[in-house]
Amino acid sequence: MTLDQIEAGRTALVTEIIGGFRIRQRLNCLGLHRGDRIRVKRSGIMGGPILVELNGTEVAIGRGMAKKIVVTLS
Amino acid sequence: MNRLRRLLIRVMPRKHAEMGAHRKIVLVGQPNCGKSTLFNEVAGYRSVVSNFSGATVEYTRSHVKVGSEIYDLVDLPGTYSLSFLDEAEQEAQKFLLNRKIDVIINVVDASLLSRSLELTLQLTELEIPMVLCLNMMDEAARKGIQIDPKTLSRRLGIPVVATIASKGKGIRDLFETAARTAHEGLKARHIRGHRDVELIIARLSRYLKQNLRKRVSFSTHLLATKLLEQDPFFSDIIEGEDSAVHQTVKHYRKELAQAHGRSSDEVIAAERHSLSMSLFEEAVQIDKPVAHLRDRVDAVLMHPFWGYVFLLSILFLFFNLIFRLGGLAEAPLLAIFDKLVNLITAELGTDTLTGVIVVNAVQGLGGGIAIVLPYLFPFLMGLALLEDIGYLPRVAFLMDGLMHRIGLHGKAVIPAILGYGCNVPAVMATRILDSPRDRFIASFIAAMVPCAARMTIIFGLVGYYLGGNAALALYLINFVVIGLSGRILSRLLPEVTPGMILEMPTYQIPRLKSALMKTWFRMKDFIVIAMPLLVAGSIMLGFIQLWNISDGINRLLVPVTGVLGLPREVGITLIFGVLRKELSMLMLFQALGTQHIDTVLTSGQILVFSVFVIFYIPCVATMGALGRQIGWRGMALIVGFTFVLAMLMGVLTRGAAALIG
Repeated sequence: MTLDQIEAGRTALVTEIIGGFRIRQRLNCLGLHRGDRIRVKRSGIMGGPILVELNGTEVAIGRGMAKKIVVTLS
Repeated sequence: MNRLRRLLIRVMPRKHAEMGAHRKIVLVGQPNCGKSTLFNEVAGYRSVVSNFSGATVEYTRSHVKVGSEIYDLVDLPGTYSLSFLDEAEQEAQKFLLNRKIDVIINVVDASLLSRSLELTLQLTELEIPMVLCLNMMDEAARKGIQIDPKTLSRRLGIPVVATIASKGKGIRDLFETAARTAHEGLKARHIRGHRDVELIIARLSRYLKQNLRKRVSFSTHLLATKLLEQDPFFSDIIEGEDSAVHQTVKHYRKELAQAHGRSSDEVIAAERHSLSMSLFEEAVQIDKPVAHLRDRVDAVLMHPFWGYVFLLSILFLFFNLIFRLGGLAEAPLLAIFDKLVNLITAELGTDTLTGVIVVNAVQGLGGGIAIVLPYLFPFLMGLALLEDIGYLPRVAFLMDGLMHRIGLHGKAVIPAILGYGCNVPAVMATRILDSPRDRFIASFIAAMVPCAARMTIIFGLVGYYLGGNAALALYLINFVVIGLSGRILSRLLPEVTPGMILEMPTYQIPRLKSALMKTWFRMKDFIVIAMPLLVAGSIMLGFIQLWNISDGINRLLVPVTGVLGLPREVGITLIFGVLRKELSMLMLFQALGTQHIDTVLTSGQILVFSVFVIFYIPCVATMGALGRQIGWRGMALIVGFTFVLAMLMGVLTRGAAALIG
């Protein structure tokens, strides 16, 4: 499943980031890598972004981007 | 890509030309690491601090005295890595790769050490003397992160200094260490990762060193790493090389990918990540974090319902406050300028050449100082405070869903909000977006947002003659039209936007000094670009009146005024509106020869005039900013579109007014 399908409050493991150099680069820069454990804190209404907690920071990820992050629930 | 590069080349040498022969200390760090706060502590008035990534888009510089020697201090825009993804980062990268630098101070948010070390590792590859500055140590302690600077220093082979820039702690030590490092030329140790990856990088690096025809100004080791990472910028550098070079690069990429079962860029990124994680684990001890207010505040401010209630209330209060404060200052300032104009008129008369020039120059100056600045200053100041507190990223979060309807994402709301103050900094702020298409649409929107000058028209004409509700309605109509235009535009330029990724920084207590500096920095855009135009425009009008040529101009504009059903004399004011928006209102009084517009124009005509002026052609200063930001063709497109739109809106308003009577 992908990150946009995770409900708020759940923790998930990033198993893959679909996309090219730029998308991976962007996510890596903000501290999101394959193999990272992340927690979904809240998700915006009207197709708004998903707020995740990772490695001590919080990052808002747009829904389109979240669809490219493959995760497994843990 | 080329357009970006041209833009950079134009910006950089001009700024750089002033640089003296001093040794150069350069501050590098990720957005929100407190770099600019640090810079301001030592440098004085030039820099801008922000709690929103991408705020420092051009680098700022100053002098700093350490011991008896003076150094050039450069504050680069925040960058997450040496590969750029937006223009601000590109500027930082370009500087780091091409300039002679004596020492880098890598500023790091200590509470985000593991992530920040990835940039640190890339910087060590530049082979420039470096100091690591662990900033925000108090925030790290609050999160339960205990860092041992000695371990980091030993592993990286560079000095590590702990600071709390917002409290002025450790700054002296930092700069003394940096000065010493510059003199000793101490470079970072190369930290080794997995053997097979290292081997491939080393081989490619050696190959490049021997076979590149073009000389590069940085280490081939860095070039090799970035080529394996498939960074498009570095790939461009070897574009003109022999096909053998390209073959070799491809070969090593493949070798790396095959050995690890994923693409070579992922291998390099994972390598860097694991290196910084192991550094982090070695140097850090994690304790229990102290509970932070943040979660409770966010629970309200980012709430799916209350978040929007608060957003609207904050904006409502914000704009109300601006009007109150602006109004307080406007009347006395206007009185001063009126007196001044009267004095000069009595002294010089209005029919001599000097008289015309001086009186109109003072009137133009008065328009800017008494009518625009009283609103612009509180607006920018309030915005700076909201920004420093860390509220703007929350706004972006809340607005992302809505902004997607017009084909943009949440970050694009920032230039739009800025636009309500002045369109010039708003257009500049579109740099925080990473796709050129998004920047184009966002600039378009930013230029259509009613700025403080147009606000004076809405309130001075519509609000004054037709009432506050009519003024509010005009704002709403404008909002809807902007939304629709954005939607149409994004349909015409279909492209999947990369989507938003935005860090939510912790809330900070704003520092007055930094908010004031930021306000000043943005106001400078208005003072430097718009004020001279205002004065020049005013003088021009003086001559037009003196020589009686306004009739001719009015006759030329009859096609416009005729369609809109406005008196012919109004034509000339439209020309002045292009110089500065509020001029069209001020000139309206002069052109019609009365301060009581309602005696010569019907309510419908006042409305048509206001609607037209609000929508048509951005002012000259905004055109300049647009040209710089999205190119002159893009600017021409916006000018053309807004003109047609304004005509359409004007005719519609005329029709509606006729129906209502």
